[in-house]
Amino acid sequence: MAVLEQPRQVGLLRRPTSLTGFWSWVTTVDHKRIGILYFWTAFFFLLVGGIEALVMRLQLAHPDLELVTGDRFNELVTMHGTTMIFLAVMPLSSAFFNYMLPLLIGARDVAFPRLNALSYWLYLFGGILLNVSWLFGGAPNAGWFGYAPLTSSVYNLGRGIDFWIQGLQLLGVSSLISAINFIVTIFNMRAPGMSLMRMPVFVWNQLATSFLLLFSLPAVTVALIMLMFDRYFGANFFNAAKGGDAILWQHLFWVFGHPEVYIIILPAMGIVSEVLPTFSRKPLFGYSAVVFSTALIAFLAFGVWSHHMFTVGQGPVVNTVFALTTMTIAIPTGVKIFNWLATLWGGSIRFTTALLYSLGFLSMFTIGGLSGVMHSAAASNLQQHDTYFVVAHFHYVLIGGALFGLFAGIYYWFPKMFGRMLDERLGKWGFWVMLIGFNVTFFPFHFLGLLGMPRRIYTYPAELGLARWNLVSTIGAFILSVGILIFLVNVWKSLRYGEKAGPDPWDGRTLEWSIPSPPPVYNFRRIPYVHTRDPHWARKYPHLAQAEEPPPAATAADSEAEHGIHLPSPSYMPILLALAITVGAFGGVFRNVPLVALGVVGTIVSVYLWSVEGEGGIVVEPEGDA
Amino acid sequence: MAEHHGTGGHALQGPARGPGAAQALAVGHPQGAGHHAHSEVGVTGIDNRKLGMWLFLASECMFFGAFIVAYIAYQGKSLSGPTPEELLNIPLTSLSTFVLLMSSLAMVLAVQAAQQDRQADARKWLLATALLGLGFLSFQAYEYTHFIHAGLTLSVNLFGTTFYTLTGLHGLHVTIGVGWLLALFLRSLKVGLGRAQALSLELAGLYWHFVDVVWIVIFTLVYLMSVLG
Ligand code: HEM
Ligand SMILES: [Cu+2]
Repeated sequence: MAVLEQPRQVGLLRRPTSLTGFWSWVTTVDHKRIGILYFWTAFFFLLVGGIEALVMRLQLAHPDLELVTGDRFNELVTMHGTTMIFLAVMPLSSAFFNYMLPLLIGARDVAFPRLNALSYWLYLFGGILLNVSWLFGGAPNAGWFGYAPLTSSVYNLGRGIDFWIQGLQLLGVSSLISAINFIVTIFNMRAPGMSLMRMPVFVWNQLATSFLLLFSLPAVTVALIMLMFDRYFGANFFNAAKGGDAILWQHLFWVFGHPEVYIIILPAMGIVSEVLPTFSRKPLFGYSAVVFSTALIAFLAFGVWSHHMFTVGQGPVVNTVFALTTMTIAIPTGVKIFNWLATLWGGSIRFTTALLYSLGFLSMFTIGGLSGVMHSAAASNLQQHDTYFVVAHFHYVLIGGALFGLFAGIYYWFPKMFGRMLDERLGKWGFWVMLIGFNVTFFPFHFLGLLGMPRRIYTYPAELGLARWNLVSTIGAFILSVGILIFLVNVWKSLRYGEKAGPDPWDGRTLEWSIPSPPPVYNFRRIPYVHTRDPHWARKYPHLAQAEEPPPAATAADSEAEHGIHLPSPSYMPILLALAITVGAFGGVFRNVPLVALGVVGTIVSVYLWSVEGEGGIVVEPEGDA
Repeated sequence: MAEHHGTGGHALQGPARGPGAAQALAVGHPQGAGHHAHSEVGVTGIDNRKLGMWLFLASECMFFGAFIVAYIAYQGKSLSGPTPEELLNIPLTSLSTFVLLMSSLAMVLAVQAAQQDRQADARKWLLATALLGLGFLSFQAYEYTHFIHAGLTLSVNLFGTTFYTLTGLHGLHVTIGVGWLLALFLRSLKVGLGRAQALSLELAGLYWHFVDVVWIVIFTLVYLMSVLG
């Protein structure tokens, strides 16, 4: 591919130009590369969080063990939860959001390519900041929801909470920027003819997720600012001695925290909504019902947060209202589940690994959803709250739901992203081992919870009769790890020796399968015209798909294909800006004023250079004949 | 990148055509669509950057909303003085509110001038906006010094805690806005401030008006209602 034009030189730094090599990754603004960066980073953190979990399971395998101290255990619980949610599962979704969105809607990139890179670097640096806390006198230790006053400077003297505050703020900014970027992209950059109701359901879920982020993140941002003011400057938001109220934290956190669980699950639901039709060779059953249910879930997600607070004594009226709203959410969720089942019904099903993971998602998520509805009955919640029963619930929705869905996505889209097929035999082995390991680990949590085992204890006496199921669970955790290992071997092997994928290995339905694997930088040589849902399928099998309208008559040749394709040029600014912000956050942790000042000045300068530099642009000549 | 091209695309691409009128007529999208990566005006007909700014401001509503809710939740719950009634100076703050409102007027005039390519006017009103913003900040600085002398600190009671964070974060937004406006002003000396720059100016304007509206809410809630009600 020839680069026809380079950008004019503006600003202080020379605009980077290389499209290969180390610096091309550092300066990239290509959504596909950013997606791949998200992918590997998220996977790395998934392993980190997994190791933390294994240590906890070892500690709990037997009564009265002292493998780790109670203090260390608190850090492990907190970092495990924080890592899995913010550094592993959300970014893994983000990997697909980044990589697939422009391909699915027929665009060349997202609306703001440099902001997209900024999101990634802030995520990476935020993750690093959180994790270096281990080296600087202790990790955060107040649980992933950091309830006040456990986090106050009176009860929590170390720096762990400060790392947690600053790290989460960086991650929040990163997610907020992504959300804005994706919404603008979805609204503004769809290929001609792709009306909203022709968008792939994955994109609908991405849109809903982005709106959830947009409106829920500010709540936790505010909560963290308040906590920071309390800890740093002696404010009284959560200080009972001056009349402050710890429950304010709980409200603010869960106003974010509940939408957050849908931020985690909707991307997986989107993936499953693409995988099931492909491998059933049928369109998604009830497209509009699925779309409206998605929107309804996103809307209702803002009205249920107090179901995390049934036990704090809000009174029967509040509890009843939130119990009812919570139960209502099960309705659109159920609608989606039945639509997925109906999609399979009567299809010519191919049992690929991606489909197996989708079926795993369907069944495991349903189990988690059922215990969720049990929690939502406020009276019964008094028994379940803060026991392992809740831990069972959220692992069924998070692993059995979100992670299985994401694995379906990996097996489905890996060939598109890396140009090679994952091994199906290893894939199926990995799936069954993971499914069995997962259930052996987490199903016993239901029993343990009903037996009264509280969350977040680091050990328990033998007399309580909790030993047997704990041991079973620890064994299960190692089986689950073997499943993950099989997957890693598969990735390693397939990247080297995997069968070449070709553009359309699954006989797919959506636009990404119409271009090479991996796609060229410019994605589409010509922007496609979309005249129906599942446009690639309709193109391949016109007699099977009813086109809703004929494509427009041919007009003048696409000028881009002749004169080169315009792409944004790479830039140093995203990583520099992210670095400056991180220096400030790091200074914040250590209350080091010069470092904070350096961060602030660096941020201002970077923002200025960023805007002076502009988007730039290179013009590339597409290759091959399309 | 050459290795990406061996496989060649499927023949999916729509019939060759320009990004302009023909397809737009066929599918009823007045603007065509994301024809290349940074197409400015997209399917909705709203510029990408403007849409992004609207979304950001929507998020900011939740941000200030949360602080305002916290302020209301803690209103009258302070265990000790000083109280709002003792300190708040309505006439003075009305004046500073008026200054901020006038800055929004100046902003509107600046954007209008830029859109009509009256560069000198645009620059003049832009500078006026920034200066009025600075005026508002001076009032706030004066108010803070006065309050601290009167014993109201961040940690003395819940009123101090909620008052300083809410108004302080608003002040921070104004400060960022002033910085943004001044940067636009400096830049305009080099590249002008006409029709070509009108959009950049308009974006800053959206932000500025938003911050202004937030102040109206704060003024009503924190100042007027706590003293009158
Ligand atoms: C049918 C849908 C669902 C219902 C009715 C539901 C209900 C609930 C309720 C009532 C609780 C509070 C339990 C307690 O602490 O006493 C809870 C906790 C939780 N749920 Fe769900 N849930 C649903 C789906 C999900 C999904 C999809 C996810 C994530 C992907 C999720 C993740 C969580 C998490 C992480 C917690 C625990 C938070 C914590 O205390 O650390 N839930 N759920
Ligand atoms: Cu919830």
